[in-house]
Amino acid sequence: MNELLDPLRLEFFRNGMIVAMLAGALCGMVGVYVVLRGMSYIGHGLSHAIFGGAVISFVAKVNFTVGAAIWGFLSALAINRVARRRTIGADAAIGVVTTASFAVGIAIISRTSSLRRNFDAALFGNVLGVGVGDVILVAAVLAVAAAMVFVLYRPLLFVTFDPEVAEASGVRTGAVDAMFSLVLAATIVATMNVLGVLLIAAALVIPPVVARMLTNSFRRMLWIAIVIGAAGGLIGMYVSYFVDMASGPAIVIVEAAAFLVVYGLSGARGRRALPAGAIE
Amino acid sequence: MSDLVRLERVTCAYGEERVLVDVDLSIRAGAFVGVVGPSGSGKSTLLKAITGAVKPVSGRIARPSGPVTVGYVPQVETVNWFFPVTVLEVVLMAATGRRVPWPSADERVRAAETLERLGLDEFAGRHIRALSGGQQQRVFIARALFARPQLLLLDEPTSGVDVHTRHDVMHLLHDLHHDGLAILLTTHDLNGVAAHLPEIVCLNRTVLATGPPAQVLRSDVLERTYGAPMEVLSHGGMPVVVETVPPEQVLERPGHHEHSA
Repeated sequence: MNELLDPLRLEFFRNGMIVAMLAGALCGMVGVYVVLRGMSYIGHGLSHAIFGGAVISFVAKVNFTVGAAIWGFLSALAINRVARRRTIGADAAIGVVTTASFAVGIAIISRTSSLRRNFDAALFGNVLGVGVGDVILVAAVLAVAAAMVFVLYRPLLFVTFDPEVAEASGVRTGAVDAMFSLVLAATIVATMNVLGVLLIAAALVIPPVVARMLTNSFRRMLWIAIVIGAAGGLIGMYVSYFVDMASGPAIVIVEAAAFLVVYGLSGARGRRALPAGAIE
Repeated sequence: MSDLVRLERVTCAYGEERVLVDVDLSIRAGAFVGVVGPSGSGKSTLLKAITGAVKPVSGRIARPSGPVTVGYVPQVETVNWFFPVTVLEVVLMAATGRRVPWPSADERVRAAETLERLGLDEFAGRHIRALSGGQQQRVFIARALFARPQLLLLDEPTSGVDVHTRHDVMHLLHDLHHDGLAILLTTHDLNGVAAHLPEIVCLNRTVLATGPPAQVLRSDVLERTYGAPMEVLSHGGMPVVVETVPPEQVLERPGHHEHSA
């Protein structure tokens, strides 16, 4: 038991563990809507787009978080807009908007070696390097996202399940989509320094997919995804400490292990429950 | 009976493509109307225009008797059957008034009453995929009825279902109509509407004919609507539509070649 308490004496580990749990819960909650909208790839793509925005705001000397958040929100809106054109699917829209943005970021970084060092954390994550400010930022975004899910629970569920009928029933689908895009962009910006651009997608997708295999109820799926995300953060941090490996990958590996266990135990029923494209 | 909804020279378009052109149509309180027409004739767009989801580019949609509560049932083919929702959760989606996730006591009672009315009360906790085709269709009708609509719109409620389910759905709609609900549905099932519905609208971008089946289901009207010859027979005083295929379009079945002796 003492062995488990040992790392908690280290302040950087305590901060890292708190932020990893908060980020895991946040990604699990928001990820439920991402997965059920059939946009699992958006977490991957949007994090890349936001990376481009972060680099540009850094160069333009705009606040990193604010600049990246605005860029992410605009990217999410652009994806929604492009995807609504009948000739272009959502997957292609994500591909075009986000890779172009990522390319801009990489192009700027490639011209300056000092920038490269500054953005290592954004690319690969650095849970153990987070400060109190990062903890507060993730906690604040989690609070806002939870408030949105609470207040907009009904319209969000309706729009996610059946946007056409939701609109016909008087739900303002455009406003709901815009609000969701804003929260998704904020989620990625807040967790970028924790999990890294390259691993955020896993944190957004794996907990909801595991939860989906365990239940046929939306409400329960939401709760299970939050718990799995938070537990993945907690256990992943301990794994990274005891196995001496980077924290971001450890969190994702723990969540992936949960997926494999549930996938194996739930058998065909669970596999059938997975939405198309959930596993890549 | 007074008109619930009146479309006056309504034109709807997706981009440059005009899907409905100068449509005039009245839906009275207590009406039971079937809209028929080929694929791409604007049937679904007509329903969406009435719900307000598609805005006309010209003309107007009037509600002479005041605001009308509309229930909308989509095509079941568009439903994501892997979505994690139970029957009760689907019905409660229509309860959009409150800002909290859980339903009020009143909403629970209304949902239970609606499910009981449609014979679904024992399935409330089941996943939607675990139901038969007819039961699944009833779930989405239940969701539309939850809001206590004056007008129920159904987009092809009998497509892709077996004969038994089709009769089941049509009888349910009959019962709802007898309870005073106005119903407008789209369908490809010409003989089904002839047997069950008192009024038919033939649509192909614009309204080509409207009236009782015996008056509307005529060869000339159907040929104008579908752009193909159709024969109409009479069986027990009821029109029966037979598709006639020109000889040059009859496909030869494999293994049925004619050989001269």
